[in-house]
Amino acid sequence: MRQYQGLPASSGIAIGPAWIYNPVKVAVKVESIQDPEKEWLRLMSAVNLARNQIQALEERARLNFGENEAAIFEAHLEFLDDVDMMSGVRGIIFNQSLNAESAIETVFNEFAREMSELEDAYLAARAQDLYDVSHRIIRCLTGGDDGLAASLLIHPSIIVADDLTPSDTVGFDKKKILGICTAKGGPTSHTAILARSLGVPAIVSGSFDIADVESEILTVLDGNEGVVMFGPTINELNLAKEKRVEWESQRDEQMLSTNRPAITLDGHVVEVVANIGGIDDAKKAVEMGAEGVGLFRTEFLYLDRTELLQTSEQASIYRGVVDVLAGRPLVVRTLDIGGDKNVPYLSLVSEANPFLGWRGIRMIRERPDLLANQFEALLLAGVGSDLRIMLPMVSGVGEVIRAREILEEVRQSLIAQGKPIAEKVQFGIMVEVPSAALLAEHFVPYVDFYSIGTNDLTQYSLAVDRTNERVAVLASPFNPAVLKLVAMTIEAAHKHGKWVGMCGELAGEPSAVPLLLGMGLDEFSMAPASVPPVKQAIRKWSLEHCKEVAREALDLPGSSEVIKFLKGLTPS
Amino acid sequence: MPEMKICVDHQSGLHARPLAQFVKIVKSYKATVQVKNLTSGKGPVNGASPVNLMLLSVTMGNEICVSSDGEQADEVLKALKALIESNFGEG
Repeated sequence: MRQYQGLPASSGIAIGPAWIYNPVKVAVKVESIQDPEKEWLRLMSAVNLARNQIQALEERARLNFGENEAAIFEAHLEFLDDVDMMSGVRGIIFNQSLNAESAIETVFNEFAREMSELEDAYLAARAQDLYDVSHRIIRCLTGGDDGLAASLLIHPSIIVADDLTPSDTVGFDKKKILGICTAKGGPTSHTAILARSLGVPAIVSGSFDIADVESEILTVLDGNEGVVMFGPTINELNLAKEKRVEWESQRDEQMLSTNRPAITLDGHVVEVVANIGGIDDAKKAVEMGAEGVGLFRTEFLYLDRTELLQTSEQASIYRGVVDVLAGRPLVVRTLDIGGDKNVPYLSLVSEANPFLGWRGIRMIRERPDLLANQFEALLLAGVGSDLRIMLPMVSGVGEVIRAREILEEVRQSLIAQGKPIAEKVQFGIMVEVPSAALLAEHFVPYVDFYSIGTNDLTQYSLAVDRTNERVAVLASPFNPAVLKLVAMTIEAAHKHGKWVGMCGELAGEPSAVPLLLGMGLDEFSMAPASVPPVKQAIRKWSLEHCKEVAREALDLPGSSEVIKFLKGLTPS
Repeated sequence: MPEMKICVDHQSGLHARPLAQFVKIVKSYKATVQVKNLTSGKGPVNGASPVNLMLLSVTMGNEICVSSDGEQADEVLKALKALIESNFGEG
C-alpha cells in the first residue's frame, strides 16, 4: 500500500480502480517498416478511429456547453484532414520507410512548433490543439492503455492526473467519475471546483508521481481527510468501506431534509443558495435543495471563441437558467476575466500580475460595450424572474456609478424599442478587494446587496497567489485578517438595511457555519453538493450562541487558532 | 494563372470559422489555390491546408493574394471573392 497526504478538495470517500489520465506524454518509437502501403492503411484506420472520437467529443461539447465550444473540436477534425500535413506524413512512411507513429509525431510537432512561435497569441495557443490531435492519432495507432484520452473513460473510476485543465474535463463522461485526485493544483483549482459540482470526492496536491501509479490499481480516496491510498490491504479496504457507509448515511440524512429552509434553533432564517457555471449546475442546485443561485459565473460565454457572443444567443443561455430556477433568486456575476486568460477580442493581453491587473469591472473604462452587451442580454432574459446583477473585482465607488449609468442607458434603450425586460433588478457588488470591504459604507447609495468572494479576498488580503502551490497553504479564509474584513462589510451593510451574501469556498464549509451566522451573514452560496450539509449545520446552532463564537474567533491571532477553536465547539 | 488581391475584414481574420469556410470552398473546386499574406509577406501556402493557412496569421485588415490554377481556376477565385466580400456571410 502506498499512501499520500494531499489537500481535501471535495468531501466523501471513493473506492475504485485508478484511471490514469496522462494525456501529454506519448512515447513514440522510431521503427523501420517493410510495407509502406500496409503502414499507410494502418494509419488511415487510426485516423478514422480518431475522427470518431473527436466527433463524439464535439457532440458532447455541443450538448453540455454549446455551439462555440463544439467549434474547438471542429478545428481538430480539420487538422486530421489537413492535406499538407498528411502528404508530409505519407512522404516519411513511403520514402524513409518509417512507422506511422513517428511520421505523425515528426510532422505534427514541426507544425505545432511553428504555430507556437506565431506572434498572435490566439494562434500560438492553437499549437496545443495540434499536439492534442497528434497524440490522439498516436494513441489510436498504438492502442496502448496508458495515457487514455478523456473520451475513453468507460468504467466508473477514480481519475488520477497530474492536473486537469477545463478543456480536459469536457471529454469525461460525468457519470463515470467516482472521484478525482491530482498531484498538483490547490483547493480552489479547477479540479476542486469540478469535483464539488459533480458531488464526487477529490483531493489535490497529492504529492505523488503519476508515473508510479499503476493503471486500474485499487484506490481509496478520502476527500474528507485529503488522503489517497493505492493498493490498500484487506484491512484498510474494509476500514474505508465502513467509513464510506458512515459518510453515505450521514449524507442521506442531510438529503432528506435539504428541501426544508435553513432555520437556526432560535428561529433565525438564512438563505442557502448555490454557485453555478451553467444550466447543468442550475439543475443540480435545485436538486440539492438550493433556494436559488448566489453566483452564476458567466466567463464560459466568453472563453474559447473569437468574437463576442450575440446578445440574443447570450440571452437564451441566461433564459435557460432562469427557467430552471422557476422564480428562485438568481445572482449573475458579470464577466470576470483578466490577463491569465488569452482572449484577443476582449483586448486581453498577458500580464505579469493578472490578478492585480486589468480584469473584471476594471475593463469598464476601455470596453463599456462588453458590459452593455451583457446587461442587455440579462435584462431581456430576466423577464418575470428575481434577477440580481453583481459586479466583480470592484475596488472603488466610481466603477459602480459608471456601471449603473450603463445599465440605465441599456434599460432606456430597450424600453424605447418596446421590448419586454426584467421588471425589478437588484444591483450589487462582489467584495473581494480589501478596499471594497474597508469602504463598504460608501457603496451603500449605489447597491442593494454585497456578496463576499472569500477566495479572492483571502489572496488579496494576505498577499498569497492562490495558484502558487508553494504558498497556497497560507491562503486560509479562516485568517482573522480576512474575517475582520468580512465582519466590517456585514456591519456596514446592515447599518443601512442592505443584505450580505458570501459566494467563496468558506460559505460551503460546515465548520465555518457558526462563525458566519454569528457575524450576521444573510445568504450562503456554495457548490450545489455542499447545500445539504451546510443547511444541516445551520439548524444545529442558535444565533445568540453564534454571536459569541464570532466575537471570540475575531480575537484570535491566526487561522490555525481559529480552525482549532471552531473544531472544539459543540453546537447549541 | 488568375489571381486577386483582397482585404480580409473579418474580426477573426482568416482563422476559426472563416478559415473553415475558405478551405471548404477551395476543396469543392477542381483547382489548386495558393495564398500569400501581403501585409506580412508570409507565404504562399496551399489554400486547401487549414494548418498552413493558420500559419499565415492573417488578422483583421490584412491584405492577401489568392492565386489559382486548374480546370476551375476562375470559378474558385470568384467563389472565394464572394465569400470574403460578404465578410464570410456576416454582412
